[in-house]
Amino acid sequence: MTDPAPAVDDATLQQIALSRAEYEQARQRLGREPAPVELGMIGALWSEHCGYKHSKPLFRHFPVEAPHVLTTLGGENAGAVDIGDGLVVVMKIESHNHPSAIEPYQGAATGVGGIVRDIFAMGARPIAILDSLRFGPLDLPNNRRLLRGVVAGIGGYGNCLGIPNLGGEVRVGPGYSGNPLVNAMCVGIARRDAMIGARAEGPGNALLLVGADTGRDGLHGATFASVQLDERSEERRPAVQVGNPFMEKLLMEACVELVSQHRDWIVGLQDLGAAGLTSSAVECAARAGTGVTLDVSRVPRRETAMSPYDVMLSESQERMLVVVKRGHEDDVATLFRRWELTAVTIGTVTDDGLARIRDGDHEVAAIDVRLLTSPPTYEGEAAPDPVAAAAAAFDPSSLPDVADAHAANAALRALLAAPNITDKRWVTRQYDQQVGTNTVIGPGSDAGVLRIKGTRRAIALSTDGNGRTTWLDPWAGGARAVAEAARNVACAGATPLAVTDCLNFGNPERPQIYFQISQAVQGIAAACRALGTPVVSGNVSLYNETNGVPVTPTPVVGMLGLIEDVDRIVRMPFQRPGDVVALLGAMLPQAASTLGGGEYLAVLHGLEAGPVAVDLHAEAALVRLLNAAARRGLLRSAHDCSDGGLAVALAECAVAAGLGLDAPSLDLGPRLDAALFGEAGARAVVSLRPSDLPALESLAAEHGVPVTPFGPVGGDRLRLGPLDLPLADVTDAYRGGLERALAGHDL
Amino acid sequence: MRFAVLVFPGSWSDHDCQYVLQDILGHPTDRVWHRASSLDGYDAVVVPGGFAYGDYLRCGAIARFSPVMAALQRHVDAGRPVFGSCNGFQILCEAGLLPGALLLNDSLEYRCEPAYVRVERTDTGFTGACRGEQALMLPISHGQGNYYADEQTLAALEADGRVLFRYCDPQGAVTAVANPNGSLHNIAGVVNAAGTVLGMMPHPERASEALMGGEDGLLIWRSIIERWG
Repeated sequence: MTDPAPAVDDATLQQIALSRAEYEQARQRLGREPAPVELGMIGALWSEHCGYKHSKPLFRHFPVEAPHVLTTLGGENAGAVDIGDGLVVVMKIESHNHPSAIEPYQGAATGVGGIVRDIFAMGARPIAILDSLRFGPLDLPNNRRLLRGVVAGIGGYGNCLGIPNLGGEVRVGPGYSGNPLVNAMCVGIARRDAMIGARAEGPGNALLLVGADTGRDGLHGATFASVQLDERSEERRPAVQVGNPFMEKLLMEACVELVSQHRDWIVGLQDLGAAGLTSSAVECAARAGTGVTLDVSRVPRRETAMSPYDVMLSESQERMLVVVKRGHEDDVATLFRRWELTAVTIGTVTDDGLARIRDGDHEVAAIDVRLLTSPPTYEGEAAPDPVAAAAAAFDPSSLPDVADAHAANAALRALLAAPNITDKRWVTRQYDQQVGTNTVIGPGSDAGVLRIKGTRRAIALSTDGNGRTTWLDPWAGGARAVAEAARNVACAGATPLAVTDCLNFGNPERPQIYFQISQAVQGIAAACRALGTPVVSGNVSLYNETNGVPVTPTPVVGMLGLIEDVDRIVRMPFQRPGDVVALLGAMLPQAASTLGGGEYLAVLHGLEAGPVAVDLHAEAALVRLLNAAARRGLLRSAHDCSDGGLAVALAECAVAAGLGLDAPSLDLGPRLDAALFGEAGARAVVSLRPSDLPALESLAAEHGVPVTPFGPVGGDRLRLGPLDLPLADVTDAYRGGLERALAGHDL
Repeated sequence: MRFAVLVFPGSWSDHDCQYVLQDILGHPTDRVWHRASSLDGYDAVVVPGGFAYGDYLRCGAIARFSPVMAALQRHVDAGRPVFGSCNGFQILCEAGLLPGALLLNDSLEYRCEPAYVRVERTDTGFTGACRGEQALMLPISHGQGNYYADEQTLAALEADGRVLFRYCDPQGAVTAVANPNGSLHNIAGVVNAAGTVLGMMPHPERASEALMGGEDGLLIWRSIIERWG
């Protein structure tokens, strides 16, 4: 007995990344064989990138509600957070990993373009971009090429838009070779009464397509993002889109003007991102419980002989879909034309729950919106990675301590020059950091800080994520990403308010990868609960594998914090000679285990190993203490202890200020390496007037946080216990480390 | 004193300049769309930074054909002041209102960082509030700020004292290291022969509040207001 011949061959299914079983399910739910355009739409919307097949079941772990959160997770293009004074901050982070691996400049540029559109699709004016980047080791020319290309692409696109870049992170690790991670975060601001959703409400209302003409670029981009990279990935270059930042600038200005001044003309706004017109029209209808009719023959093209399939799945950039109240089509089109943009009515909202696609008089698709937006979901099988578990079981106390002061000095210099720690000025100076004249603290500190004009308030923004610790202990890695991001904004004087997250992992169909994802998500969720920061938006990037090797698991967290009074902003650099320094959160002596998963073991011993601990109770207490101390004006500077531990944190405060530290007589306990370079969490170093120390100590006692004062600030040396270096040497090591690495020199 | 800030489709310092002039310094300031045909009623015009038309071609090469440029020419002919910064400087050069051109930075990279410029003269309408040879900290943010002019033009600019700002170190020394983009003679800003049109690459509007990290930019705005207000 033979099976009946399949209606669709395997090559077609492979092209749209749909499994045979998924195809069969779609066919059954449809009750017939899908037409070619319908099949393409199913493939795109059921891709991991659009449908979150493997990740959606995990999102229920996240805390998502709070009085200040105005959106539901995944319900809109981005999350919206009330910051008072009638203002709302809109935020989201998104990946563009796969395109950046193939064509770094355009991949990164269009990543910025996509996330910025998500923000102004809510009616918000974008006011900040941050990016969290990961690359393979820079001794390989291809990784250097990718880093240079990605940075140029982010700058080339973002600088043209007039949105300041507040930094983010650049980290390097062996698990990103050839598979860089490019996560871009955008933050916008809107009046609470002038926001808009992405809903196709009101049958009879018009659908206007505005912005760029539609070409074949990016066909199957969503699908491409949901499969693994291999030697043939280069052949998918046509799936990488090409950006036009000037067009994006026009779209942004026009959309902000439309929503802020003519909110009554429209009912919804949605960008065209992954899966283009298909996902934007269908998702708008799904959110409103309506249907849509589109006529692809009305879509302006930049190429000839495009099929309805091409038009529906094109990922041409810089396009928006506007749902316009009947009767206001001309008003809206005129507004866009004034910004020199095309605006064409391509369809209407219907009440039949169907996505009907016509090509002139010929109907090419008629498919249930709910079918398209309810892909099968999978709860994967989870199993820990025995190699990672063995590495995590490594006991750092089995290593010899740093031998003497000379070795400690050398270790500090090596850490300051290492790519994960060294000054990232080479990157950030290629980005406009100040346009908008709101940037109080730009890249290079714990968090970027923007004042909000017309108010006393400011917001602090940070991104964090550590792949190495996540690989060793996915739960702890996820939790630590949130804790560090919260610490970062708290060091600037901000109360952490909300989180957006980007989950970068390998193929979720492998049990070890699914284990990483599910554990990391639960770690993020637990930390968000402990710190009172709901998850308001996010993105998942799976199948980050090159030739079957998964990327280092990397959850990235973007954190929003609020500062009530710009006069209470706290900065990272030491401020005055004679100020006292204090370590908050722990005593100076540390156990060798705190070196686990840290930079010291990686850089000095070549080990990615050891236990990764996290104490969420202590993290929350530290954040509350930093907030209370900042509000009372007790802190002259604050910086969190993270990569490279206490010594690196103090060196960064000193280098940024051009002021040394004189603390030679300290009890650093039995393990010098752990005291200087251990990475126990829930710690920060602050500086303050000596006369304020008693007030800080009593505040810390109220919060149950240990305080260890030492210092003072000043002089031209960094002296910390036996560690003793001229500040000029410390500065030399820290500055230019990235340039040396990019020049292909040994570190 | 009434200011107009021109707005090309890709301008992005327009709001920032308006904020300083109106909200900080208290002078009525309109953002004027590039299709305007008149600048009558404005005492001074600001041509702001940005990427006027995306600038995929030479920066400012398309903006010079905007309708407002004819009105700008009439404004200049009437002896009224024009201040252009960043893309505004590029546009003024393309329009022939200032000599020279802005090439790609010699690093071939975009540069956004604090820069110091030395005030070369204080007897002009744009620098009257500065001290002689004062080093001003003014941020730069550009990919094409490498000032170029042929030898003859350069010699004439120098002879006529039309170079108002040069990149320098924080102490005011004009050095090669302090030059962020390869500009000839470290030129950061030049003025027309009449002394009424200034173009400079740095952004004084980004250094006009202590909270933003500096107030040196206010000296330029105050000079304009003192001279022409």
